[in-house]
Amino acid sequence: MKKKLSLLVAGLVAFAVPAKAAEEGTPAKGISYSFEGPFGTFDRAQLQRGYKVYKEVCSGCHSMKYVAFRNLSDKGGPAFTVEQTKALAATFTVKDGPDKDGNMFDRPGLPSDYFPSPFPNPEAAAAANGGAIPPDLSLITKAREGWHGTFNQLVNGIGGPQYVYSLITGYSEPDEALKKEQPEGKYYNKYFASGHWISMPPPLADGQVTFDDGAPNTLDDMARDVSAYLAWTAEPKMEERKQTGFMVLIYLAVLAGLMYFVKKRVWSDLH
Amino acid sequence: MRLVSTAVHADVNRRDFLMVATGAVAGVGAALVAWPFISQMNPDASVLALSSVEVDLAPIAEGQSIIIKWRGNPLIIRHRSQADIDTAKAVKVSDLLDNNPRNANAKGNDGATDANRVVDGKEQFLVMLGVCTHLGCVPQGDLGDYGVVTGNATTGGWLCPCHGSQYDTAGRVRRGPAPENLPVPPYVYLTDTKIRVG
Amino acid sequence: MSGPSNYQPTSAFGKWMHERLPIYAFVKETALDFPTPKNLNYWFTFGGILAVMLVVQIITGIVLVMHYTPQTDMAFSSVEHIMRDVNYGWMLRYMHMNGASMFFIAVYIHMFRGMYYGSYKAPREVLWMIGVIIYLIMMATAFMGYVLPWGQMSFWGAKVITNLFSAIPFVGDTVTTWLWGGYSVDNPTLNRFFSLHYLLPFVLAGVVFLHIWALHVPGNNNPTGISVKGPQDTVPFHPYYTMKDGFAILVFFIFYGIFVFYGPNYMGDAVNYVPANPLVTPAHIKPEWYYLPFYAILRAVPDKLLGVIAMFSSILILLALPWLDTSRVRSGNYRPIFRGFFWVFAIVCVALGYIGSKPPEGSYVLWGRILAFYYFFHFIVILPLVGLLESPKPLPSSISDDVLAKRKPMLAPAE
Repeated sequence: MKKKLSLLVAGLVAFAVPAKAAEEGTPAKGISYSFEGPFGTFDRAQLQRGYKVYKEVCSGCHSMKYVAFRNLSDKGGPAFTVEQTKALAATFTVKDGPDKDGNMFDRPGLPSDYFPSPFPNPEAAAAANGGAIPPDLSLITKAREGWHGTFNQLVNGIGGPQYVYSLITGYSEPDEALKKEQPEGKYYNKYFASGHWISMPPPLADGQVTFDDGAPNTLDDMARDVSAYLAWTAEPKMEERKQTGFMVLIYLAVLAGLMYFVKKRVWSDLH
Repeated sequence: MRLVSTAVHADVNRRDFLMVATGAVAGVGAALVAWPFISQMNPDASVLALSSVEVDLAPIAEGQSIIIKWRGNPLIIRHRSQADIDTAKAVKVSDLLDNNPRNANAKGNDGATDANRVVDGKEQFLVMLGVCTHLGCVPQGDLGDYGVVTGNATTGGWLCPCHGSQYDTAGRVRRGPAPENLPVPPYVYLTDTKIRVG
Repeated sequence: MSGPSNYQPTSAFGKWMHERLPIYAFVKETALDFPTPKNLNYWFTFGGILAVMLVVQIITGIVLVMHYTPQTDMAFSSVEHIMRDVNYGWMLRYMHMNGASMFFIAVYIHMFRGMYYGSYKAPREVLWMIGVIIYLIMMATAFMGYVLPWGQMSFWGAKVITNLFSAIPFVGDTVTTWLWGGYSVDNPTLNRFFSLHYLLPFVLAGVVFLHIWALHVPGNNNPTGISVKGPQDTVPFHPYYTMKDGFAILVFFIFYGIFVFYGPNYMGDAVNYVPANPLVTPAHIKPEWYYLPFYAILRAVPDKLLGVIAMFSSILILLALPWLDTSRVRSGNYRPIFRGFFWVFAIVCVALGYIGSKPPEGSYVLWGRILAFYYFFHFIVILPLVGLLESPKPLPSSISDDVLAKRKPMLAPAE
């Protein structure tokens, strides 16, 4: 237990070390997405491609435990059909049980299952990744900020998807001075929020994933697709939220307008 | 004089219209805003997704029942003996308290015969919810006056311990206060010995 | 609350009820017919807005509790369950979460309005002090509510704030352990915070009742600050102020709705979407925006105990405000020097909030100290002195005269 705990501590410390450098990190690249703005919606084809990138690349190390396969066919999401979702779920292996003999067993995923985690526990995740625990990606675009500033964020959002995009495409060679302090097994990435040394090797390369719709699969394109997909997993009700909001605000504006005249009329006999 | 009075009337009417319109818009809004607060208590997406379960029938020996959980309720699966089936078939439909098969898989309602309670060719397997149609207790098996009686022992048949309702070897209610037969949930045979319920 | 009723019910049922429970007469006298100064401006609508926001928070909160699990292993995922699976759960949660911010926006406007128009002065001292108590309960409620999602900022916010109590001499550690129910913020802490977060809003509702009672004895203050002299100065609360407040509430809801639907996480902190981890402190801890000025005052003092005392004093000093302000004139409209200092003070409060959001390093430390000093200086030195030295502008003879004087001359309608 003690060993386990110290391992965990080591892992977490290694992962989250540098409080200081985080402060004024390099702002993420300000790319734009289809889902921005009060009427923005997700690009279905892009989400489907992003799902494929997650499945073929990210899911090897990163869990997505708050998302269920059934969500893939939800309204406002990647819009896979129910049949496609069943087939996609079945490509994952899910632990179930206990069976009547009390043993756990593996079975293909069902739409009602949540995305299985690649590691059984955080300790295993840390052990397999040089001490750093790959974070769960369900909420990553809401949990990371691409840039700072009270006004900046009011206008441009927190830049979560841009952060993910910048991180994936932002690996570079450190300059000579920095290179001297390069920790073992770390990579240089100036967009990384917790200091510039990241444990994750560059995850994507040009042409790594082939898309069924023949869309371009350069590193840049795939990073856009997967960051859009992660924006959806973090906020799956975004489209419903904006549409409801539009109706609610129209209604409130109409009622406020009526109320203004009622108020005026009530007060008019006083003057 | 007359002019003044008309002017006053017009003013009153306009005010009434404005007030009524505002009141109506506000009322409609209040009704609409109530809906999310009501709807949130309905089964959520994760509950709706977890509605089917697969059961392997092969391990159930003849004359044996198993109870599994399905949608939070006990599901009774009984491997009936030939005596169970014969007893159930011998009952005249006119003697039944409830002549509706209560079978989610049956098309239409043509009487609560034994055949209408099970799947053709699989008469030995009775699949139904163990929820008494009176007030929801779980009926206990191999009890009551409507099972197969051999000497002192009763097999088949169910007796609800709460208020004494009794069900026969096809799960049909034979003595009140329960008003209905035990419901048969939707299920299909995936293989010869495997069903999916829900 | 008021004298014997002269209300006479007309219907048979009304008479029957009136003899047994004169509730309609009570409502009519205390709310509908309540004489209210006729010159209240829109800054005076925030009391009504706050009452509505309290109701919104209680209703959305009760509904959220139906789906939330106050257990460290499940709290975070139960909130995600609300956001993803529960019907309209995302909306209810965002309403509650942003509702807290809206509540504080409204309460700050309400408080500064009271300060500007001298609503704390005799005979409204008790009304003001009850208001300060409401504000304290609000802060405690909001703090405990923020802990419930059990994200990183929930956990570390809880840890830092509860650790304030460890500054108490001799018994500090004992008190902190007692608050936690353990040796750190953990499951027992989450459970008791949940319990209290559910309880306090109802306590709040009770104290709001006292607040309104204390308002009804002297009646409303008004922009001139002069007292009501007769019926010509007032109008019945209904329909005049029900409609005016109603309009203001709808406009406020539009503002609220923009955040709920188009920027629901803007007022929150991104780090709170990372589940709580007792072994890793986030790089940059800061409380929700509405605590920031007080957080800045806490950090401005380099000593732990004195810092905590300074922070609590900065709120509790409001209780003494009715006696610190020595002027006999209530409204800032007639106090030119006070008015200048009032706006300086308001800017200082906002600036303290800004400093509170910044890391305690470099020039932020110095500015934090200057502004924190000024905060107290305003109450302890400026207010008493200005009241004594300032010569106020002449007051209008009555509310009614003031209203007439401000109205543009109008042609009499042709008959």
